[in-house]
Amino acid sequence: MAKYILKRILYMIPTLFVISIISFAIIQLPPGDFLTSYVATLRQQGEDIDATAIKALEEQYGLNQPIYVQYGKWMRNILLYGDFGLSFEWRRPVKDLIWERIGLTVFISLLTILVTWIISIPAAVYVATHQYSFLDYLISFISFVGLGTPGFLIALVYLWIMLSVFGVNAAGLFSEQYINAPWNWDKIVDMMSRIWAPVLILALDNTAGIIRTVRANLLDELNKPYVETARAKGLKERILIWKYPVRVALNPFFSTVGWTLAALVSGETLVAVVLNIQTSGPLLLRALTSQDMYLAGAFVLLLSALTVLGTLISDILLAIADPRIRLEG
Amino acid sequence: MSSQQAREISIANELDESLNPSEQAYVAPQWKLMYWKFRKHRMAVVSLFILILFYIGAAFCEFIAPYDPEAFSTNFVAAPPTRIHFFDDHGTFRGPFVYGYKRERDPETLRPLYTEDKALIYPIGFFVRGSEYKMWGLFNTNIHLFGIGAKPDEQGVFLLGADRLGRDLFSRIIYGSRISLSIGLVGVFLSLILGIILGGISGYYGGFVDNIIQRIIEFIRSIPSIPLWMGLSAALPANWPVVRVYFAITVILSLISWTGLARVVRGRFLALREEDFVLAARLVGSSEMRVILRHMVPSFLSYIIASLTLSIPGVILAETGLSFLGLGLRAPAISWGVLLQEAQNLRSVALAPWVLLPGVAVVTSILAFNFLGDGLRDAADPYSR
Amino acid sequence: MEDTRPLLLEVEDLKTYMFLDEGTVHAVDGASFSVRRGETLGIVGESGCGKSITARSIMRIVRKPGKIVNGKILWHRTPPSPGNLGQTLDLTTLPEQGEEMRNIRGGEIAMVFQEPMSSLSPVHTIGNQIMEVIMLHQKVSKQEAREKTLLMLNQVGMPQPSRIIDRYPHQLSGGMRQRAMIAMALSCHPDLLIADEPTTALDVTTEAQILSLMRRLQEELGMAIMFITHNLGVVAQMTERVIVMYMGRVVEDASVDDLFYDPKHPYTQALLRSIPRMGSKALGEHTRLASIKGTVPDPFNLPKGCPFHPRCEHAMPGICNVIDPGVTQVGPNHTTRCHLYGDPSQVIPLESKTPASSVA
Repeated sequence: MAKYILKRILYMIPTLFVISIISFAIIQLPPGDFLTSYVATLRQQGEDIDATAIKALEEQYGLNQPIYVQYGKWMRNILLYGDFGLSFEWRRPVKDLIWERIGLTVFISLLTILVTWIISIPAAVYVATHQYSFLDYLISFISFVGLGTPGFLIALVYLWIMLSVFGVNAAGLFSEQYINAPWNWDKIVDMMSRIWAPVLILALDNTAGIIRTVRANLLDELNKPYVETARAKGLKERILIWKYPVRVALNPFFSTVGWTLAALVSGETLVAVVLNIQTSGPLLLRALTSQDMYLAGAFVLLLSALTVLGTLISDILLAIADPRIRLEG
Repeated sequence: MSSQQAREISIANELDESLNPSEQAYVAPQWKLMYWKFRKHRMAVVSLFILILFYIGAAFCEFIAPYDPEAFSTNFVAAPPTRIHFFDDHGTFRGPFVYGYKRERDPETLRPLYTEDKALIYPIGFFVRGSEYKMWGLFNTNIHLFGIGAKPDEQGVFLLGADRLGRDLFSRIIYGSRISLSIGLVGVFLSLILGIILGGISGYYGGFVDNIIQRIIEFIRSIPSIPLWMGLSAALPANWPVVRVYFAITVILSLISWTGLARVVRGRFLALREEDFVLAARLVGSSEMRVILRHMVPSFLSYIIASLTLSIPGVILAETGLSFLGLGLRAPAISWGVLLQEAQNLRSVALAPWVLLPGVAVVTSILAFNFLGDGLRDAADPYSR
Repeated sequence: MEDTRPLLLEVEDLKTYMFLDEGTVHAVDGASFSVRRGETLGIVGESGCGKSITARSIMRIVRKPGKIVNGKILWHRTPPSPGNLGQTLDLTTLPEQGEEMRNIRGGEIAMVFQEPMSSLSPVHTIGNQIMEVIMLHQKVSKQEAREKTLLMLNQVGMPQPSRIIDRYPHQLSGGMRQRAMIAMALSCHPDLLIADEPTTALDVTTEAQILSLMRRLQEELGMAIMFITHNLGVVAQMTERVIVMYMGRVVEDASVDDLFYDPKHPYTQALLRSIPRMGSKALGEHTRLASIKGTVPDPFNLPKGCPFHPRCEHAMPGICNVIDPGVTQVGPNHTTRCHLYGDPSQVIPLESKTPASSVA
């Protein structure tokens, strides 16, 4: 088991390395370096910045040195000081801007995964054990539609319905009075009363796929001899289905949790933009459109790294759940 | 006895005896079995027809759209879909026609209100003359499939309503389908090349190479695609022409989406490598190339086609999402995602809910591709149930 | 010599059909036989003859699209004794998922399956899977169930039971898995053990070990065994009485000695001829190994009359292909279903057969 985890962690290192290179490339892609743009923005706003300050920044980010030195400095600043560079649009260090956003993204993603499972696993089990029933067709139909409808479209329609039928602007995660308020109990309650909409929309997006995979896996497992063994023991049908085939059918599904996480973070980006939720998505979009590249690069880096980390955790959970993996290493 | 055994026995027996018409299934060629199987999947057949219609629309959009997609008129700001009548107020049949609009303003909200002016009747004609266009860059013409012949400023026929600038949404959706639907095909074609080469190498040679390629695939699948796509496409220079942006976006999308296809190809290759007929071909001295092309490719071609079809929706969705965010194609390019940008503004959705209709086009084509892919996948394995 | 042991199970005219899209398969088509307490009954036949479906019908675990459509399965729960008629249940009338049937299943009738590889759940320990049956059918605590499991594993000759109990199936060899399956089946001391080809998937040495284990356990525990196999050697070694099945029906029912030395039904005779004999070469016999001509008929399109007549060497045109033979007594405790052993005009067809359904 320890060997297995160690192996997975070692696998993760090259992955994280490549992610950091891609993120750095994104920072470098726009023409001109960030300092020139930064100084230009400042001058535009009628402020001046003295030469020594520019020099200091140049030194800090290695801007006059070869590209690999710049990359090295960027990585060293991140790893040693948690310094992701400067956001010239906000004129603040990137690290001050991202953590709350990333936290909310992680929170919504985890909540969505939970809701998705609560909906989709029982539905998949029902559908697989009641093949060709009315509900089988109904659930299959709904999941097909869910599969074909991107979350951001559902979010658009949801906003439109809320506005035209109830006259409510449902965008945003907080009521007006809490938007800039510091975190307190009331703000959390207010958030929870609004968070279900994005979570349900994202869950619907993912439920469809999960129902289809789990249903197919389970249909395979239901015909395996060990199910018959369990049946011959005199177990109640419902108990034996949940204890044996469902348990086995979920294993390959858990191994795709990493991809679910990636898809979730992707979908969340779009839905959050539509619903105007203060997660990483809208800020990333804004950073990209205004070419605030250190901020954008930090988001791409962190979102990707977190997904990879999530995959690692799900692999470890899978190993705990499946003795065949745990014991073979 | 399981049903499987029963079926095998019955097939074995039937082959021994002479065939009656109901037993043709046992000797039919594979493509015919696939066709029969596909035909049984009703939704797939319907979807195929819908997609053919969509692609015809995309190919002949200049002809089918009654208006130039950029033509605007302040007279028809946010005009609702025009109702098409066949009988006038007196109940006389007049063929398809539309009434003229009477335009007022809501005194409180200042929103434009449109009512039908029963005095003005514009018959809908087919193959009418309208705005000039160049068909496929070959010849100039001004014939449109349908229209009302009136001056665009005077009255229009807006099948799906008009947007905030008074542009005909139907025309814009038809034009948008050219980019949105073709980007799916082109993107998947690029992914296919990558997927077949890398998946094929991975599955055919196995071992170390396979391990490396699998790691790469796992890596790509484990990073969230949209933020990455956003990052890459935001870096495209804003002054590039539409066509170049189009291809750049396609390349960006397929660089990430080839992994699914590569997995399918690899899986089939691994399975086929172990098959007896492949071993047999090798034993009689066929060259490697011949083994691959003559024996292996035909037996997984159908799987490839099916999974190709199933990966088109992903590319369409990605383009729509990126363009919706303003990071993919940008106006003046027209794609469904670009059209949906209009819907980002909640006020314009409230004013003219029909700006959400490009979304319906997206969903319809994605569902159609999904159903079609499902049908093709079933048909790809005609012996299974 | 009359067998005086009380009856345990009587199957009467059992019909289990599979309702498929292509048509209906008569998987079990009027099978009748009985098992006495403590008896070992062999069921032999080719693949697809209905042996396994018969077993699953008795357990009432036939899955859709299969269904019992006719017949009785009488389960003599307690034997009659002076002043007591005993308790008899017709299993076909019990609800499949009802409490009574679930108590019988696994508690009074247990089953061992063919594939020890896949018949145990890969994600639960051996101990977990055996303890589950014990706790289900006996009111015992988890601790007691574990002790009983250890005893049982010991009894089936599992090496180091206290370590094996926490192992997963994939860590065990095929033979050990099958021992675990047997321990699981016997843990509630059933009156009847149905063994569905329990050694088919094992190698010969392991097979011999498992067979001798089953004989020893039967002596110790005294349960009846229904031994389903297509291996006549195993039948000769294991059973007292044998029924031969063909196309879902019992074509011959005889003691094991009668079956091997005086087979009556042409199908049984053909089956016996198809066994290779050790030493036949030494006796100077250089004959080809006999096989049964033809193949098993299309299950959707059963031949009229006796289902074996197209492959039968002694088929009598005008009789065998017209009339379905009834059961004929050919000796003490020896019956067969064949026109050769009775006056066909005297035979009352069991029931007018519906014409075989055609392919949809």
